[in-house]
Amino acid sequence: MAEKKIMLGNEAIARGCYEAGVKVSAAYPGTPSTEISENIVKYDEIYAEWSPNEKVAMEVAIGASLAGVRSVCSMKCVGLNVAADPLFTMSYIGVTGGLVVVVADDPGLYSSQNEQDTRAVARACKVPVIEPSDSSEAKEYIKYAFELSEKYDTPVIFRTTTRLAHSQGVVELNERVEKEDIPYEKNIRKNVMMPGNAKVRHLYVEERENRMSAEADAFPINRIEMRDTKIGVITSGIPYQYVREAMPDASVLKLGVVYPLPKDMVKDFASKVDVLYVIEELDPIIEEQVKALGIECHGKDLLTVQGEYSSNMLKEKVLGQSVSVNEPANVPVRPPILCPGCPHRATFHVMKKLGLHGAGDIGCYTLGAVDPLGVVDTTVCMGASISTLHGMEKARGKDYVKNWVAVIGDSTFMHTGVNSLMNMVYNQSTGTVIILDNSTTGMTGHQDHAGTGKTLKGDIVNSIDLVKLCEGMGISNVFVQSPLEINEFEALLKREVSKDELSVIIAKYPCALLDKKKITKQYKVDNEKCKKCGMCMKPGCPAITKTADGFVKVDDTLCNGCGLCAQLCKFGALNLVEV
Amino acid sequence: MAVKNIMIVGVGGQGTLLTSRILGGITLRAGYDVKLSEVHGMAQRGGSVVTYVRYGDKVNEPIVEEGQADVLIAFERLEALRYAHFLKKDGVIIVNDQRIDPMPVVIGKAEYPENIIENLSSRYNVLSIDAMSVAKNLGNTRTFNVIVLGMAAKHMDFPVEDWISVIENTVPAKTVEINKKAFMTGYEMA
Repeated sequence: MAEKKIMLGNEAIARGCYEAGVKVSAAYPGTPSTEISENIVKYDEIYAEWSPNEKVAMEVAIGASLAGVRSVCSMKCVGLNVAADPLFTMSYIGVTGGLVVVVADDPGLYSSQNEQDTRAVARACKVPVIEPSDSSEAKEYIKYAFELSEKYDTPVIFRTTTRLAHSQGVVELNERVEKEDIPYEKNIRKNVMMPGNAKVRHLYVEERENRMSAEADAFPINRIEMRDTKIGVITSGIPYQYVREAMPDASVLKLGVVYPLPKDMVKDFASKVDVLYVIEELDPIIEEQVKALGIECHGKDLLTVQGEYSSNMLKEKVLGQSVSVNEPANVPVRPPILCPGCPHRATFHVMKKLGLHGAGDIGCYTLGAVDPLGVVDTTVCMGASISTLHGMEKARGKDYVKNWVAVIGDSTFMHTGVNSLMNMVYNQSTGTVIILDNSTTGMTGHQDHAGTGKTLKGDIVNSIDLVKLCEGMGISNVFVQSPLEINEFEALLKREVSKDELSVIIAKYPCALLDKKKITKQYKVDNEKCKKCGMCMKPGCPAITKTADGFVKVDDTLCNGCGLCAQLCKFGALNLVEV
Repeated sequence: MAVKNIMIVGVGGQGTLLTSRILGGITLRAGYDVKLSEVHGMAQRGGSVVTYVRYGDKVNEPIVEEGQADVLIAFERLEALRYAHFLKKDGVIIVNDQRIDPMPVVIGKAEYPENIIENLSSRYNVLSIDAMSVAKNLGNTRTFNVIVLGMAAKHMDFPVEDWISVIENTVPAKTVEINKKAFMTGYEMA
């Protein structure tokens, strides 16, 4: 019997890639897709890398496909926007070795800045979409995705959601099947997308889509489960599980290939049931296509486009049953916060003291937007901090940005911030950019990048030097300063924002979670000296709380001795002690 | 067997993922179908986190919904209160009697509820433990979650030697002994 293992959805995808004979994997970390690469890297047979961004990752995978091997790139939903440019044209070119793009959507916005539906992008670029509903299917379906890719000469999008990616389930392991490298054949008409060739390929893409749609009824991962015919449901992915739980007697058309739709199968299924529901999270992508076939169905008239579904929700909204549950207790919310010892806290504390607004970016430091720090005023997308600051200056002049700074992490700077900084140089901005260099990609769980000196495979390599990179662009005001030396950091920041010149401050201090070394020093409060002024609590360190008698207390399970609180105490009441 | 629903709740960073890995291991070992659902990413940074574990002959959805949980394992008092309504009528709460203030409380914008354990005990079957102190006595505060798991294990039908074997296969080699000790301490206190 095959070995069984419990696997995270993302781990199962990695295993499926391994079994499918994949040779190249490229990605930029992004919740909820990160663990795919972190598991793929465990297979020596696959070359795996962190690329600086999703566009680069996609192009690396494209290169591997053109060179005749199976390749994969994975990203979160918004990452596909970055990688959309190569994908739209690869739809025309098609593949040599199978090419699968794993995109993880985030219904419910656990860790994203919007709730976009990848299936809509897939429809726009006319690329088929496969969607699994648990870990076991994730492993099997991705193998099928490579077959479809090669059979129909197209990249394939493998769509997951947070719930699939971060749920574990039982998976049966199979052996890897090696694929022969496909010999190179020069083919300008297919692989060089200049207008004359692209016109022809556009027509090919249309023909391919029609052919796939006609043959989709025979795809083994589209299946009809006939039960009671009073209710019929078309569904796919994780919502399938909610359907099975809420209405175990309903007949189900479960789509593994959600785009293009198996039209005859849909018509046939619809004709056999009394009432048809389409149950899909996010946008009504399947529903609109079903309706376009002239078939009546319910879907978004009953169910939301926002957030995740659940079986209780289906019982209430679809079946009209009342689900009685106890009232939830009225309790304070517990939002995510910067960790104890996080260097961003010190940076934001100084920004707040100086009354600066932050043009923000994507990373843990987005949390600088909320109380008690509240200095990050804008967050759009990866890299936007620097370019939006530039836009503000061009709109309102250089004095307007004297109380603004751009804040961007080191990994995000490498991702797309660097282009924006080039633009500030080229188009003569005078703003101040703080690169929050904590030597890792923090929010997604500590992945390396081009500036850390280590690859996904663990090789030690030259790290790209941020100072030299900025100086190479011609920026003369480039400084490296630990934000946890708060007086020095404050003096530097104050000076640079007042200049009529572009400045880059690299706020360098490692992520508090990066080296899980044993903590050797912590702070303790001396109640003799503590005046209960509360200064140490201002930056909102979770390790410091007020006791019933008004003194503060440092939690020895949380404090890692960063020293921010002690620098804020005017009375010397916080003492460093060895532990 | 009908599906059994376990929830593990706590504050990001308290080690809910390790606990759920051990739970997943024990259920698979017993030959059940099992699904777990976890929180990764930004929500883990000190936020309220929840892990669902469902096992039985056949498991469909990976999450436990309101009114369905058989066992609620809470690593922090306020989180026990937040998720108590997920319990079935005869469900059990195992709660680590620890207080971690959420940011709205730290900055004075909300009050940390008083007498949580007493309130919960009036409505639910509650077992509480100051696992942090117990863990300190064992010599490693990080094992507090395995102590709590040990208590919860009394409410699940797996032989104790199977738990031990799963722990041996799940935790890092150098922490096997301390984790086994932590588990047994909790198990015997239940």
